[in-house]
Amino acid sequence: MSTELKQHYTAQYSAIKASLPGMGLSWLNTAREKALANFSESGFPSPREEEWRYTNIAPIERRRFSSVSSPFEAVDRSRLKQFSIDGAASLVFVNGRSNRELSVLPEPARGIIACSMAEALELHADRVREYFAGVLNKESNGFLAFNTALFTDGAFVYVPQDMKVASPVHLIFVSTGADGLSTTRNLVIAGPGSQAEIIESYIGSEESGYLSAAVSELVLAEQADIRWSKLQCESNRGFHFGGLYADVGRYGRLNHANFSFGGLLARNEVHVDLSEASECSLDGLFLCTGRQHVDHHTRICHREAHGFSRESYKGILDQRARGVFQGRIIVARDAQKTDAEMSNRNLLLSSDAEIDSKPQLEIYADDVKCAHGVTVGQLDEQSVFYLRSRGVDRESARNMLTFAFANEMVEKVKRPGLRSVIQAELLAALPQTGVRKEWL
Amino acid sequence: MLAIESLHVRVEDKEILKGISLNVGAGEVHAIMGPNGSGKSTLAHVLAGRDGYTVTSGMATYNHANLLAMPPEERAREGVFLAFQYPVEIPGVSNIYLLKTAVNAIRKHRALEELDAMDFIGLVKSKMKLVDMDEQFLYRAVNEGFSGGEKKRNEILQMAVLEPRLAILDETDSGLDIDALRVVSDGVNALRSKDRSFILVTHYQRLLDYIKPDFVHVLAGGRIVKSGDASLALELEDRGYGWLEQHAGAAS
Ligand SMILES: Nc1ncnc2c1ncn2[C@@H]1O[C@H](COP(=O)(O)OP(=O)(O)O)[C@@H](O)[C@H]1O
Ligand SMILES: [Mg+2]
Repeated sequence: MSTELKQHYTAQYSAIKASLPGMGLSWLNTAREKALANFSESGFPSPREEEWRYTNIAPIERRRFSSVSSPFEAVDRSRLKQFSIDGAASLVFVNGRSNRELSVLPEPARGIIACSMAEALELHADRVREYFAGVLNKESNGFLAFNTALFTDGAFVYVPQDMKVASPVHLIFVSTGADGLSTTRNLVIAGPGSQAEIIESYIGSEESGYLSAAVSELVLAEQADIRWSKLQCESNRGFHFGGLYADVGRYGRLNHANFSFGGLLARNEVHVDLSEASECSLDGLFLCTGRQHVDHHTRICHREAHGFSRESYKGILDQRARGVFQGRIIVARDAQKTDAEMSNRNLLLSSDAEIDSKPQLEIYADDVKCAHGVTVGQLDEQSVFYLRSRGVDRESARNMLTFAFANEMVEKVKRPGLRSVIQAELLAALPQTGVRKEWL
Repeated sequence: MLAIESLHVRVEDKEILKGISLNVGAGEVHAIMGPNGSGKSTLAHVLAGRDGYTVTSGMATYNHANLLAMPPEERAREGVFLAFQYPVEIPGVSNIYLLKTAVNAIRKHRALEELDAMDFIGLVKSKMKLVDMDEQFLYRAVNEGFSGGEKKRNEILQMAVLEPRLAILDETDSGLDIDALRVVSDGVNALRSKDRSFILVTHYQRLLDYIKPDFVHVLAGGRIVKSGDASLALELEDRGYGWLEQHAGAAS
């Protein structure tokens, strides 16, 4: 990576430093400067790194993204409205900074905190400090250093012990600026036995491209239960790096679902560390067409015994799109009686589309059940003929079957309001001839 | 309604149909019987327009139009219906969604307005009674996890809803117990009319106890080796196909 590029982001840091949240906190300043030094050293990840073999981020390196102001008027309200979910509190961030006017704050409830990171660093600095970068410490990746140094805001959610939060917290990240930078950092802490639902949505209105670099840390204490959904619906010129790093305590449970429909180049990472008798499910659906490149990188680490994990990702690739799925499952030596399954099924709609799917099992314990499967296929011609023999034209038949393949993942979403948002985005992203929402 | 003339069909390099001629008039019921592998499904598929078959010579005319030149969906919209020997499972597409799409595609072709939701559900429910199917099947994925008998009933339900002019039933009776066979036959009999024709492909005479055909044809080795009235089916029941296959062998 060029020196000039590193200098650009170092200069960015100097330029926005005074306005960064928590700037008065020395522990955070130290963390940011250390991260900046790391980034200046290593830069963005290179395709020479094993984890980045299939995704070349040169298009991101060719651009010079800068933090931009977040004018509230620039936000496309009708687009934002499409992401409104009944009963959810929403925290809206515009170009990486929270926007009060657009947000619908949660009902105040005893002990729960759900606010912007900037506010949390003022009012709950000790809480943030206790957990900040705790899960990330084990990771190293240029984007993480970049994010730690430059994050301008994000969300902080704290759910106290045994608290069950009925309404979800929806974090909506909007990017509007040309060549803009949205760098956000979220931290979610679920106390012992607590329960909550988090939704992250990424949207963008700028046709000339921007970079959204978002990192979330999630800590689940014993028996905590978190349902987390992510909707990556960036504009079709947008660049996206998003990573969730989760640590699940004993008997805890994380249900994660990843829907990735937008972006020109998108990388979604999910890292989960499981403790004794804890479980996680990772679901994913990605659609890409044109020249989109979408990469999913997941890592589940069973550190202790009796863990349970299920992972199921589906991809649909059309035109000249390229998809990547790298799923790693690690079963540590002490993680006996682990039960893990992973599957990745892909539908290629064009002969120019491509998928690289790489499941990796690393098993160091001897008494475990682990399975994985990958399929890459086309639409089933027998099914196409069956539909045509009922009067459905070929194109509609193909679209119906493609929708059906994808919709299986959407049907798994429990909350009706969220399911309908995802279904609408899915319908908008797929060719629509022959598929009618009002009939579903 | 349908006139097939000297139809020759290949699959890959193998000639399967070796000159089939058959005339089906409006309102007639034709049974096509014959041993396994004789080409019955091939004939049904070629009439419905499935890919993978090459018509090397001969023709099929449907209501004075060249049937073989139409894409499958157009045949369906013009009133041709195939009940599959092996109905396909389609996860993610509900039965009701398929029915709605099909009904409206056919109505559009006939320059009719789309059925509104109330009329549509009324139509489907009345037809479900005919085949004794529970309403919950409407909301399940097409044929997914259905038993053999349920799949066949579902084919008859689709036929009843789509009201074809020419219905081709490919071994709809196979694998059905007596009760299911009666339900399927009642469904077919209820749809018989002076302008609707049927081709019943069957392996067994049993179905013809319930649905009385006007004509019976025996297909063996890719040819129709014998045609007759309903009594031919009874003769086949007694004597099997052997004598006819020898007959066909001697003739070629
Ligand atoms: N797709 C195919 N490829 C090769 N041979 C086929 C194919 N379909 C059918 N056949 C052959 O054509 C012959 C007739 O098959 P089919 O029409 O299914 O017979 P039937 O329905 O009378 O049992 C059989 O010998 C079968 O093996
Ligand atoms: Mg057959």
